Amino acid sequence: MKKLLIGGRYLLLALGAVAMLLPFVWMVVISLQPAATTLTLPTFAWSSALHWENYRHAWRLAPFAQYYGNSLLVTATTTGGQLFTSILAAFAFSHLHFYGRRLLFRGLIALTMIPGELLLIPNFITLTHLHWINTYAALIVPWLTSIFAMFALRQAFLTHPQSLYYAARLEGASDWQYLWHVLVPLNRPVITAVGLLQAIGSWNAFMWPLIVTNSPRLRTLPVGLMTFTSQTGTNYPLLMAATVFVVVPLLILYLALQKYIVAGITRANLKG
Amino acid sequence: MLNPKPSLKTTLHALAYLAPLLIITVLFTVWPLLSAVRLSLATRSNFYTGRVTAYGWANFGALWHDPDFHRAVQHTLLFTLGVVPASVLLALGVALLLNRLPHCARFFQTLYFLPFVTSTVAVSLVWGWLFQADHGVVNGLIHTNIDWLNDPHYSLLALILLCLWQSLGFNILLFLAGLNHIDDRYLLVAQLNGATAWQRFWHVTWPLLTPTVILITVNALITNFKVFDQVYALFHGSAGPANADLTLTYYLYQKFYIENQTGLAAASGLVLFGLVLLITGLAGTYFHHWTRWLRKDAR
Repeated sequence: MKKLLIGGRYLLLALGAVAMLLPFVWMVVISLQPAATTLTLPTFAWSSALHWENYRHAWRLAPFAQYYGNSLLVTATTTGGQLFTSILAAFAFSHLHFYGRRLLFRGLIALTMIPGELLLIPNFITLTHLHWINTYAALIVPWLTSIFAMFALRQAFLTHPQSLYYAARLEGASDWQYLWHVLVPLNRPVITAVGLLQAIGSWNAFMWPLIVTNSPRLRTLPVGLMTFTSQTGTNYPLLMAATVFVVVPLLILYLALQKYIVAGITRANLKG
Repeated sequence: MLNPKPSLKTTLHALAYLAPLLIITVLFTVWPLLSAVRLSLATRSNFYTGRVTAYGWANFGALWHDPDFHRAVQHTLLFTLGVVPASVLLALGVALLLNRLPHCARFFQTLYFLPFVTSTVAVSLVWGWLFQADHGVVNGLIHTNIDWLNDPHYSLLALILLCLWQSLGFNILLFLAGLNHIDDRYLLVAQLNGATAWQRFWHVTWPLLTPTVILITVNALITNFKVFDQVYALFHGSAGPANADLTLTYYLYQKFYIENQTGLAAASGLVLFGLVLLITGLAGTYFHHWTRWLRKDAR
């Protein structure tokens, strides 16, 4: 009876897993079909010859190398910036005493409720005034902070005993030295987790890059992929090959660093 | 310096650490919020200079009478109702199946979480192919001939299915963390006292898991109120056939980016903000009562 129950659990989980995986499998299968013929084929009748050249054609049809470069640049700089500004602020909120600390902290947390879609309108107007539309600055500067990251890091910094801080200070270390030589190394797993979550968000961001850029030179991968659809029309094998380009880097990152990502999400959402 | 009492000196010192975050936050969050409120109340303004010449409630009035806005609110609510309860229940089910699984729990978790790390635009495009009328996989599997993406009766359902599939992994992960927090001893005692599996779930696990359920539900509600990327990618930059997938955020995008109606867009954004505040407020009240109930229980 007990064995049967366990077996049932595995069966249900496997069925669910197939449903989760099916779109990914389909993406790869279609990307290897002869280009421009899939619309005439019955659903499950595939050609057995694998057309790897679809990837080469798709890569040539749009400036995907440029999109990759843009996505990498934007993701790296925004994630780095977010970590830097959040680490500094998290240190102030966890270790320093100053007027208005509680009020300021609560105010910042309250700001996280504002939908980004609402802020997009005035931010777009600000960037227009600054002549930043269609520049890297528009893609990067507004995203250099994250209150979510600051909150998660502050929670982590608070778990270290104050006595450690006071001991370091008595030994003559400055706040700056304590932060970068003691606190940051001690919290490397949390910082990695938060950084990865921010990087995933940045890599996949769509609405903001769509609105503030309109030249191919500045498109990030998701926006580039979206504009690619109008070029390929119903040529699904090429479109799916391009989709594989966009999806693969994050899949590799996820499979390699899964434990940090999982820890980051559970830590940030179920504490406090 | 080691004195924990705040002074002018320690405040200036702390401000140096806070400055980068505060400057960016004020420039790109606080100021725009005020600016959005101002824009929503502006009845006459110049799109390019942003100068406002007349104020009033006309934008909110226009929303009230705009059938498209009604449609957007209706679709957003319908869509959210379609995704959130199903996603929360399914995620709970999978999390219970995964919880304390002897082998391969990590393997399954990885698979279920895959959609979360992949670009929304990318997975939406793949689903666009699965939903094809003639040779689509969805029709092939359930033996139907529905034109999912071009029939206004089915296109919202297609969007719901996509978002349901995409949101599961994240919710499963949070449920697993919540289940991990439950002390094994409660379940052991219940078992020793002869409680059946269902009784153990309903009388031990479920009450202890309620805060997690609320948290996940609220988070899912807010995320789904703002659905945009999936609509844009699934319907190739339109709001679906006959505007059948026009959601609140899509409406905001249309008014702002396509029609240059900044005031209307800002007003609709504030309505969205109001919805988020309402849900958060309700959840906050619940948690307030729950912690008070816990404290009373402890006494």
